[in-house]
This record gives sequence, C-alpha cells and structure tokens, in this order.
Amino acid sequence: MSNAIEFNHLTKTFGEHTVLNSLDFNVHEGKITTILGFSGAGKSTLLKHILGIYHPTSGQVKVLGQDLTELNEGELREFRTNFGMVFQYSALFDSMTNFDNVAFPMREFTKKSEKQIKEDVLSLMAQVGLEDHAWYKLPSEISGGMRKRVGLARGLALSPKVMLYDEPTTGLDPITTHMVDDLITSTHKSGAHLPMTSVIISHDVAATLRISDYIAFLELGQVVEHLSVEEFKRSTNPTIRRFLELS
Amino acid sequence: MVALLKSGVSKIGGTVLEVTPAIGRLTLYIVSSISWFFRPPFRRKLFFEQMVFMGNKSLFIVILTSSFSGMVFAYQIYLGFTAFSVDSFVGPIVAIAMCKELAPVLTGLVVAGRCGAAMAAQIGTMKVTEQVDALECMGVNSIQYLAVPRIFATTVTMPMLCGIFMLVANFGSWVIGVKVLGIDGVMYFAKLSDFMNLSMILEGLIKAGVFGFIISIIGTYQGFAVKGGAEGVGKGTNMAVVWGMIMVLISDFFLTAILAKVL
Repeated sequence: MSNAIEFNHLTKTFGEHTVLNSLDFNVHEGKITTILGFSGAGKSTLLKHILGIYHPTSGQVKVLGQDLTELNEGELREFRTNFGMVFQYSALFDSMTNFDNVAFPMREFTKKSEKQIKEDVLSLMAQVGLEDHAWYKLPSEISGGMRKRVGLARGLALSPKVMLYDEPTTGLDPITTHMVDDLITSTHKSGAHLPMTSVIISHDVAATLRISDYIAFLELGQVVEHLSVEEFKRSTNPTIRRFLELS
Repeated sequence: MVALLKSGVSKIGGTVLEVTPAIGRLTLYIVSSISWFFRPPFRRKLFFEQMVFMGNKSLFIVILTSSFSGMVFAYQIYLGFTAFSVDSFVGPIVAIAMCKELAPVLTGLVVAGRCGAAMAAQIGTMKVTEQVDALECMGVNSIQYLAVPRIFATTVTMPMLCGIFMLVANFGSWVIGVKVLGIDGVMYFAKLSDFMNLSMILEGLIKAGVFGFIISIIGTYQGFAVKGGAEGVGKGTNMAVVWGMIMVLISDFFLTAILAKVL
C-alpha cells in the first residue's frame, strides 16, 4: 500500500515545549485516516505540518511524494491547491455569500469563465446537499450543518487529492453529526481525484469508528498506535481502552 | 537601595525585551506588505472596494469636520485680528494652516478612528474565526489578500480626502469671514493669492499620503496580531485607533521638518 503522507522523525518544539517528539507515521493513499488523541496531544500541529504552515524543528514531512521542507514559500502555496480543508467551525468568509465562498478557490486558482464557475459551484453545492434557498445567503444566515456543507463544497472546489478535516463534528447535534459523517464518506468515494486520501482530526470516537479505515492514536507527541478500525477496537493499549470506554 | 536599583534595571530590561521584538515584527510586516504589493495576482476589485470604503464612506465625516474646522478657525482668527484691523488676513492664515497642517492631521485622525479601527476589527475577526487560516490553507497569502488592498487604498485615498478637507474648510472660512463677519471679499482673495502657493497644498497632500500608509499599516498589523476571541478583537481595534492617532501626530512633526527642506 503506498503512502500519501509520510512523517519521518518529525519533531516540533515551541520554545521549550515539545509538541511532536520524533513522530513516525504514514497515511495510506486512498484511505480515511483519523488522528485521535487527547486535547493538547498535538493533533492540530500535525495537521498544520501536512499543510506546510508549520515547519518541522527536525525531521521530514512528505506529502504525495514531495518533501515539504524542500519547498519555498511560493512553491508551498501552489502545492496547497492539492488539499481541501474543512475547518471545525467551517471558517467561511462572512462577507461573501455561500456561492462566492465555494467559487473563491476557483476564481483564485483557475482560469475558468464565470459561466463555468457557476456551473461547477452549483454542481458542488448539489453534491453536498445544500438546498437552493441557501446558495446566495450569507454564512451567518444558515445553520451550522448547512455551513459544514458549504465548507465541504469549498474544500472540494479545486478537486483535491487530499481532504483534511479539523474536528468536523465538534459541537454538532447527533443527527447533523451523522449527516457530516455520511458526507465525508460519500465525498471520499466520489472525489474527482480518486483514490482520494482523507485525514480527520477528531475527538469523536463513535464517528471515528464509523467512518475511518485507519486510526492513529496520538499521545505525548508520538503516534502510539496506527491500526485499522477492527484492530483499534481490540487494542490492549490501556490509554486507548480508557478512551474507548469513556466515549 | 541595591534592590531598588536592581528592580529598576530589571523593569527597563523587561520593557526593552518586550518592545524590541515588537518593532522587529512590525518592520518585517511592513517589508512583507510592500513586497507583496508588487507581486501578482493584482486584485483591482478588492482595491476599488477598499477605496470606496475608505474614501466614499468617510466623505461625510470629512466634510462635516472640515466645514466646522474652517468656520471656527476663521472666527477665532477674526476675533484676534480685528482688534488690529488686519482682518483681511483671515483668509491666508486659515488657508495656510489648513493646507500645511490641519487638513492632513485632522483627516488622518478621522480616518484612523474610522478606517484604522475597521481594518483591525475586520482582519481580527477573520483571524479568530479561522478565516485567515482558511486563506492560507488554500494557498492565498493573507497579507496580500487582506492587507495590501487596504494599505494601497488608504494611501491613495487619504490625499483625496485631504484635498476635499482643504477645499471645504476654506469655503467655510470664506462663508464666515466674508458673508457673516463682513470681511471684504476682494481683499480676502487678494491676500489669499499673495500668501498661498502650490507647495503648501502639495505639503499637505504628501503628508496625507504618508499618514494613510501609517494608519493602514497599524490597522492591518493590529488585526493580524489579534489573539483570543472577542476581547482580543476589541483590544486590537483599540490599539489600532490609539497608535494610529499617536503616529499621525508624531510623524507630522518629522514630515514637517523634512518637507520644509525639500519643498
């Protein structure tokens, strides 16, 4: 199985505080991998290394075969068009309509005509199940679940090879959580670039077990277990057992 | 005594250690903003949107401020000068003061209060709601997208607002001086043309442009520096207004000294 993302001896320190400690871990291509862990375990820091927003103190991060530490700022920005990102609270641009939010990456990075952009945006919004009355509203005028759909459509706008989700179901009710989970799995299977690789940062054990192919458990700056879902359920690691029992 | 001395030195050292990196960060931010200005893509639409916000929507406040400033200044000068029967000098005194000093400084203070605060609040809110992170994740440079249009628009718009301030203030002065207080209209304009020259207007416009650059740099920098939630946005907005106004007044002194030699 080939790897979409590779972390080799990745260490990240902020001042005297070591967040990631010689971390070794690979994300398999075309699979949904969830990174689980306690608050402050370094999950978001890991995500920012994938995007090249943080630079390793030492070690290496390879994404789609490219060592990110070798890229300069301009090359990194261009490389980021391979990613789609869905934020915890959607992070939609509040001065733009939902349509313009989804169209934004296309206007910035493609030479498509406005007509083509409109067709593509409407198709994406239909794909994520966004109702037509919400298309031209501002993000503040729609519900949290709808905002998630817009965020997902925006993430898919450039047909990414890797989708990243930062705690996609935090703060949502159980029904909306299920809806978001279904969207993640359907998006994973229907992306323009197949096989699409999805990385999810989460606290939500139930959702993780439901939608993931692999689970990496992060503790004290290291991935202590990287297992398939079935293996994860049977893990004898005391921290994971406690995590599973409390969830 | 030794303990007191130690405490004093420690406080000074602490302040230096706090201020030095802050100056460094601001300098790097200014260099980065300028360098991103010259790199594509050039977002004309954003620039014009910001010009409308900075210029068009500040117009009413500038006209209101300038008309009353011109009128009150003319009235005060008249009260002093009429005792010596030199009330015909009201026109040039008001015009020179307005063009060289008051128009750029007062426009700067108005824009710092209105636009500097808005820049810090808009960018600060985007920062705490991860919208700035979203831009970066998409590969869009947040300084180029958010700061550069605001800085360029404010730097270009400020001289225009200042020019309008000069015109309206002098019109207000003429209304009060000639139409209300009875100064001879012909003498008013004769003295005005004797004492005024283009370099005075140019001095005011150059100052306004520099103030616009300073206000927008401070406003956008404070926006990006916001930490935390709503409280952080409030603090950043407050800092943008306070430092914007202070820097307008401080830089005015140095600009006056420099422009006196250049123009």
